[in-house]
Amino acid sequence: MRARVFVTLKPSVFDPQGTTVTEALHTLGYGAVKDVRQGKYFELDIDARSSDEARRLASEAADKLLAKSVIESYRIEVTA
Amino acid sequence: MKFAVVVFPGSNCDHDAYHAATHVLRQDAELIWHKDTSLKGADAVILPGGFAHGDYLRTGAIARFSPIMQSVKAFAAAGGPLLGICNGFQILLEAGLLPGAMLRNRSLHFRCEHVHVRVEQTDTPFTAAAAPRQILRIPIAHGEGNYYAEPEVIERLERNRQVVFRYVTASGEETDAANPNGSIHNIAGITNDARNVVGLMPHPERACELAVGSADGLVMFQSVLKALTLAPATVSAAVGVLEK
Repeated sequence: MRARVFVTLKPSVFDPQGTTVTEALHTLGYGAVKDVRQGKYFELDIDARSSDEARRLASEAADKLLAKSVIESYRIEVTA
Repeated sequence: MKFAVVVFPGSNCDHDAYHAATHVLRQDAELIWHKDTSLKGADAVILPGGFAHGDYLRTGAIARFSPIMQSVKAFAAAGGPLLGICNGFQILLEAGLLPGAMLRNRSLHFRCEHVHVRVEQTDTPFTAAAAPRQILRIPIAHGEGNYYAEPEVIERLERNRQVVFRYVTASGEETDAANPNGSIHNIAGITNDARNVVGLMPHPERACELAVGSADGLVMFQSVLKALTLAPATVSAAVGVLEK
């Protein structure tokens, strides 16, 4: 099973990197891009019998290590 | 007294802390590799600055799994004086020994310069020898020192007087311009509920002799000596826990 974990700063937390990327895109003429939030992406290759089990393990990994809950939230996608 | 300075792979201010403790303060100190499990009977523990484990994942995120951290946590739980400087502060946040997290500096720049901080609390083992509201001129060197915690946590830190250092101007004014990284409430350092664990982003160990531009940081090392003299029982209890 493969789990994809997307970690991003919570909406309430200021993202200076995302803001800088937004400004750079505006300089390139992409005024249509209103906002950018930068994050991290992890691919977990998991030995699990079901997608539910893989999702549960990935979620534990995100809670305990991949994301810092004070500032970050995460989203998980599981594929076979 | 004896300091333990923990050395992680990527620590780079370990020798500065060791130098301040031994050659300036004239006390014992021992560098302790992160894979060790004993703090070797130290009376105070320092997690130094640097880039432990290359700052992989997040600053301090991997260092909290180092074997020595179990002993560091037990030492802190028993009331032992524990100081985290810069990356050491980040490690304390990741290890859950202090609340909150670090964001990239508001400017996105790695800031390496002298700043002014005001000592907000003198009832911690690392500020006991400082005058109330004393202003220290000490250096910073970090890219991620923008302290953040949820509003209710900040409110609790302020109510419990757990903000130990704040970025200020040379004359002691708490302004936005004096804040080098965007930290909430100009926070430069905090302490835990029990007030024995202190973390700060500036580097007092790099400012202990006039030859390097400032000796204002020395008061933090002198504070430990003073605190241990006033309350030696607390610390011997902390050391005792580790010996068992």
